[in-house]
Amino acid sequence: MTPEELIFAETHEWAHIAEQDGEKIATIGISANAVEALTDLVYMDLPAAGTAVTAGDSFGEVESVKATSELYSPMNGEIVEVNTSLPDNLEILNSDPYGEGWIIKVKVSGDTPENLMDYAAYQKQCDEAH
Amino acid sequence: MHDGDFSNPTSLGSREKSRRSLERPLCHIYEVHVDSDKQLLKTPLHQWHIDHHGRMVEFAGWSMPVQYTSIIDEHLQTRNSIGMFDVSHMGRLYFSGTRVAEFLDGLTTRRVAGVDTGKIRYSLMTNESGGILDDVLVYHLPDLNGEPFYMMVVNASNRAKIVTWLNERKSGTDIQIDDRTEASAMIAVQGPLANDAVKELSDFDPDSLAYYTGTTTRICGKEAILSRTGYTGEDGCEIMTGGEDAQLIWDEVFKLAAAKGGGAAGLAARDTLRLEAGMPLYGHELNEATNPAQTDLKFAIQMKGREFVGRSSIAEARKNSELWIRTGLELEGRRAAREDCKVFQGEQEVGVVTSGSYTPTLQKSISMAYIHPEYREPGTALSVDIRGKLHKATVVQIPFYQRPV
Repeated sequence: MTPEELIFAETHEWAHIAEQDGEKIATIGISANAVEALTDLVYMDLPAAGTAVTAGDSFGEVESVKATSELYSPMNGEIVEVNTSLPDNLEILNSDPYGEGWIIKVKVSGDTPENLMDYAAYQKQCDEAH
Repeated sequence: MHDGDFSNPTSLGSREKSRRSLERPLCHIYEVHVDSDKQLLKTPLHQWHIDHHGRMVEFAGWSMPVQYTSIIDEHLQTRNSIGMFDVSHMGRLYFSGTRVAEFLDGLTTRRVAGVDTGKIRYSLMTNESGGILDDVLVYHLPDLNGEPFYMMVVNASNRAKIVTWLNERKSGTDIQIDDRTEASAMIAVQGPLANDAVKELSDFDPDSLAYYTGTTTRICGKEAILSRTGYTGEDGCEIMTGGEDAQLIWDEVFKLAAAKGGGAAGLAARDTLRLEAGMPLYGHELNEATNPAQTDLKFAIQMKGREFVGRSSIAEARKNSELWIRTGLELEGRRAAREDCKVFQGEQEVGVVTSGSYTPTLQKSISMAYIHPEYREPGTALSVDIRGKLHKATVVQIPFYQRPV
């Protein structure tokens, strides 16, 4: 996937929403900007499938040598799939953050939160932070 | 010795703090300043760091590079070749007067009076109740003419406090304290090839200095203090020089370092290096709520036949068998315990983590913690609560890492 196809949270997570068997399924990951800024990733703690997630609440954490960071869900819903191979292959986040580096898939309930941005707006936020 | 953010004072013995949630989203990674409103101090090498993609962060009132590339790369480069650190933020205080040694001797846990010229001593400074004000290096070195002088390197976060502390206690003496921090620079050149690089530029060969000794010499033709000291667990040296000469010396050492596979390293790598080497960091392992008797730094505490501020409190604390002591832990898995994580044996809380990381050389999750003396025998099985999940940990000897001889 290209970042232009995704929507982004202020907290650097991305989501891609697709219809599947009449359900809205969001694939969720973290942005290339976040991966680049974190550097030196060593650990990721992920929830199990079936866990409920709330937009804006933590669903896991990613740890670099320097610090531990929360991962926030951009969506409300229930986790239907977890990329369980990711914690042992964190370098995938560097090589393919918007594809193979996906983290969880969520069956979305309710509407897409309004505070999510398109890629252009997200890039603008990152540029302004620098 | 190095500085960290000053943690909240913790009660002696328990060092207990309420568990706080992480509350740190991915966006905290962008807390990198470019032009903050706050006036930050800049080292003489500041522009070099910017030009070399240093990620600049505020640190104890200074703008400092936390990393240039990857922390792991900068860490391993220092272990395998050379890491160069701008540590100009560290406080550099020079003393003059007739009885400087006696004055400092009354304020430090380790003897200063009678120490030979050329020697450098790691020491703690304590207040009347034995709380650690700072960990410092006291230098007794010859100047270019061979005349001995005293200076002290203190943590950036404690510089103002220590200058005030010293000034309040020197009344009635002729002692003058000259804080040259902002007009000078300090460069740490660390790693197995560090001295090979510096000797090419220095009138004095750093390899001919014993560990923790130093001298005044010329480097690249400029007057500089050269010492065989460091905060990484590696061999190497540190250079103190006038601010106007810092860039020249940095550039020349950097050229040689780069040719040997070395380079610049930031504060983050300095932190993982010192952690592996088991060295305490002020604000984490050391603070005013901690007594030297708890630190397991016996070499830095000399009680016999001496009187200094805080001495009786240290003697008292040594008799207390309930005080938690600085101890090493190795955790299972890759998850790091961070500061404030509680340590348990079974249901019983027996300690608290002060620093921790998954570290690049050992490739293990290691921590320094303060642990009840009954539970700090190497091999003791404990557990650490990392944000609500218990992780297995084993007590290990500090240092975690020792360089190959």
